[in-house]
Amino acid sequence: MKLKTALMGAAALMLMAPAAFAERGADGNANVIYWQAPSTLNPYLSSGTKDVEVSSLVLEPLAGFDEKGNVFARLAVDVPTVDNGGISADLTTITWKIKDGMLWSDGSPVTADDAIFTWQYCTHPEGGCAQEARYQGVSSVEALDPQTIKITFDTPKPNPYQAFVGATSPILQKAQFEACMGANSATCAEQNFNPIGTGPFMVKEFKTNDVVTLVANPNYRDPAKPAFATMTLKGGGDAQSAARAVLETGEFDYAWNLQLAPDVLAGMEAAGKGKVINAFGTLVERIEMNMTDPSADLPEGERSTAKHPHPFLSDIRVRKALSISIDRSLLVEVGYGSAGRATCNLVPGPEMFAATDNTECLTQNMDAAKALMDEAGWLVGADGIREKDGKKLHILFQTSTNAVRQDFQALIKGWWTELGVDVELRNIDGSVYFGGDAASPDTFQRFYADVEMYANNFDGVDPEPYLAQYTCEKAPKPENQWQGENVNRYCDPAYDAMVAELGATADMAKRAELAKTLNNMLTKDSFTVVALVDRGRNSGHSNALGGVVLNTWDSELWNASDWFRVK
Amino acid sequence: MLTFTLRRLLLAIPTLLFISLVIFLLVDLAPGSPASDIPLTVPPEVRVKIIAAMGADQPVFVRYFLWLKQFFWVEPAYWIDAQWGTQLAGDAQRIISWQSRSPVFDVIAERLPQTLTVIGTAYVIGVLIALPIGIYSAYRQYSWFDQVGTFIAMIGFSVPTFFTGVLLIVIFSVKLQWFPSIYDTTLQVTDWASFKKQALQMTLPVTVLALYNAAQISRYMRSSMLDNLGQDYVRTARAKGMSETVVVLKHVLRNSLIPVVTVIALGIPTIFGGAIITEQVFKVNGLGAALIGAIHGNDLPMVQTLTFIFAVLIVLFNLIADIVYGILDPRIRYD
Repeated sequence: MKLKTALMGAAALMLMAPAAFAERGADGNANVIYWQAPSTLNPYLSSGTKDVEVSSLVLEPLAGFDEKGNVFARLAVDVPTVDNGGISADLTTITWKIKDGMLWSDGSPVTADDAIFTWQYCTHPEGGCAQEARYQGVSSVEALDPQTIKITFDTPKPNPYQAFVGATSPILQKAQFEACMGANSATCAEQNFNPIGTGPFMVKEFKTNDVVTLVANPNYRDPAKPAFATMTLKGGGDAQSAARAVLETGEFDYAWNLQLAPDVLAGMEAAGKGKVINAFGTLVERIEMNMTDPSADLPEGERSTAKHPHPFLSDIRVRKALSISIDRSLLVEVGYGSAGRATCNLVPGPEMFAATDNTECLTQNMDAAKALMDEAGWLVGADGIREKDGKKLHILFQTSTNAVRQDFQALIKGWWTELGVDVELRNIDGSVYFGGDAASPDTFQRFYADVEMYANNFDGVDPEPYLAQYTCEKAPKPENQWQGENVNRYCDPAYDAMVAELGATADMAKRAELAKTLNNMLTKDSFTVVALVDRGRNSGHSNALGGVVLNTWDSELWNASDWFRVK
Repeated sequence: MLTFTLRRLLLAIPTLLFISLVIFLLVDLAPGSPASDIPLTVPPEVRVKIIAAMGADQPVFVRYFLWLKQFFWVEPAYWIDAQWGTQLAGDAQRIISWQSRSPVFDVIAERLPQTLTVIGTAYVIGVLIALPIGIYSAYRQYSWFDQVGTFIAMIGFSVPTFFTGVLLIVIFSVKLQWFPSIYDTTLQVTDWASFKKQALQMTLPVTVLALYNAAQISRYMRSSMLDNLGQDYVRTARAKGMSETVVVLKHVLRNSLIPVVTVIALGIPTIFGGAIITEQVFKVNGLGAALIGAIHGNDLPMVQTLTFIFAVLIVLFNLIADIVYGILDPRIRYD
């Protein structure tokens, strides 16, 4: 009996050994600050980055993107490809397999039903799901067995890593959210604030727009992770005070999105308590050229529509002259420092999609710009302003109200004035400019100006939907309540045809080739989109926090399970 | 007095209804839309659905009457249900914030304690500092104490809290590291250690606000004392051979407090309103921070509900101030 007990004890010890070496929760508490506080932890009800990223600590998709933009499996056994049979040869289905033994934080198993439910939840017509785009083109999601999910698309989908991939498309627990479909989503504050997930942490307390208290998920698939037993995620204030709390006072371990002047950050970093990390994604600050006439003399409904081509911007020489007269490196230095780099590309990444031959605009060339203007027939008049057929070259340049953008406007106005252009600047409050109100004449879609500046990017690593925004039919016009992404009203049948071709091409190398060509058609071949700065992301972490890898392709907190305390 | 109070309360109803309409229209007609917070990566058709799910696509008057119904019927019914387990509200829609898709009143209930703790403490401390300073400054008018008091009051008046707040953070949090720069709203006071932590994190915001409040109230106190000190009854009291303590603290102070008490009462609604800037600087995340966040996010239901509650409080405390005035000064009769 004694021997048996001793043996049992030894066996039990053997079993416990891995647990003893494992260090889940060994590193105490991590403090994270998001100066924009999370409002909800259900990413399907909010498109805000802050909400999506914070919820990624709790909710997980089948697969995510790593810091290089590659897809890697999270809940899935592996990433389905055509080669391993996970994607059908005709590109209309993708089959995911959930790893064995995956549990929700409440201990119940993760099944294919949860994925099916998530798809139904987000595509419900009354739900107002913010991530519906991730499920576009999905005609059905079925369970082949409790752990196998088959997604069928209505057309061949060359990039099927949309649904259930990345922080914007995590899996919800069916049992928890069943009563929250459609219009009921608003009455489910309890569920939206405390979602049950599979991620490294689970919610202990959520105070909306204030603070989230998280504890390590006891059922997380890696028994050794996360190293932190608890995490406090505080919100509020501004980027500067967040940076101060990490870099100067050391109260916090990680601060998100430190959009600050380069010298301010450098000064704080000098305190020696933490460092600023940065990475580049696809966010590009750009000037968009209006190909249609925004003149106020035109009747309402015809202004800025394809009916009237722009009087001078429809001449490519004028557009090119405006582009190459800009000194992009100076703009970067003034506005973004280490978090920016000059670019001529609309698609600056991922690496395989970024055109490498589009570099001409990086060097300012005022002489060439002036020559182009002369060639186009716009000659310098008596007052230094160029004119043609008695008409002065006058440009209305609009953007949103924002200190950096106003600096950019002033600098660009300087160069364009030197070129002989009379520039009128205008800035519009962001909530109006980006508000999309069909009745407002001041939205960026309405584009009642000659040129306008803003920044845009695309979700994930596939530029196809982004490039498809510049097809003829996507132009905002009165008939579609001025909604649409092709704000330039650019219209080239060759471009549309190539976008369609991209939509039917599966081979990655070929896709990259097409994407680069499309990028060049918009930028260096037509100067419709004048890219200025590739804007990266600055975040900060204290020297006491290890394992941080900044990822711009997925949630910034994508690898919080690997974070640890530096001792 | 009773009829006066009743009359005022009845008059408050149309006033408040009018205020609610004006606020609603102001917030609604102000440029901006909740759609501006949706990233450009979200396609237009999805955008339209999001707005529709919020109810933001309804005409303005539909939304106004819905809000009135929710504020005056659904929310009280819901509250009664929660208290007594009745079923008055049924499954009527409560006022839902557009930002968080959660009931606005839940957010207010969550935010109120930290606002009352920090801003309320600052107000009380401000009053406690202001009264003695005001009294002594008036009694020794143009003395060095009065001069210093006036100087500090001027600083409190004229230097904005976003400056003093950040200045204190740079000195006491960054350089000296005595106090935290960020307020921890999850801290529960259970023992001495957590009480000390709470006291430490409250020190900076309370100092900033107390300075501001004390500056205002001490000036009122001083001028009210000065008015009374020159009165005939003070001379009479002195002629009767009363001690200076009795003259100042019993006769003059009591009479001087009448207008000051009403000023203090009128200031109480601002405690509930939170101190938008100070809350933001120290991340207290109370009602003030909720309001400014909702304004930034074009969260109309939240802005509307909060501002209306402030309006109710202001009307209410105006009435209370009037009544207190009548009680303190028997010469004043409203009937």
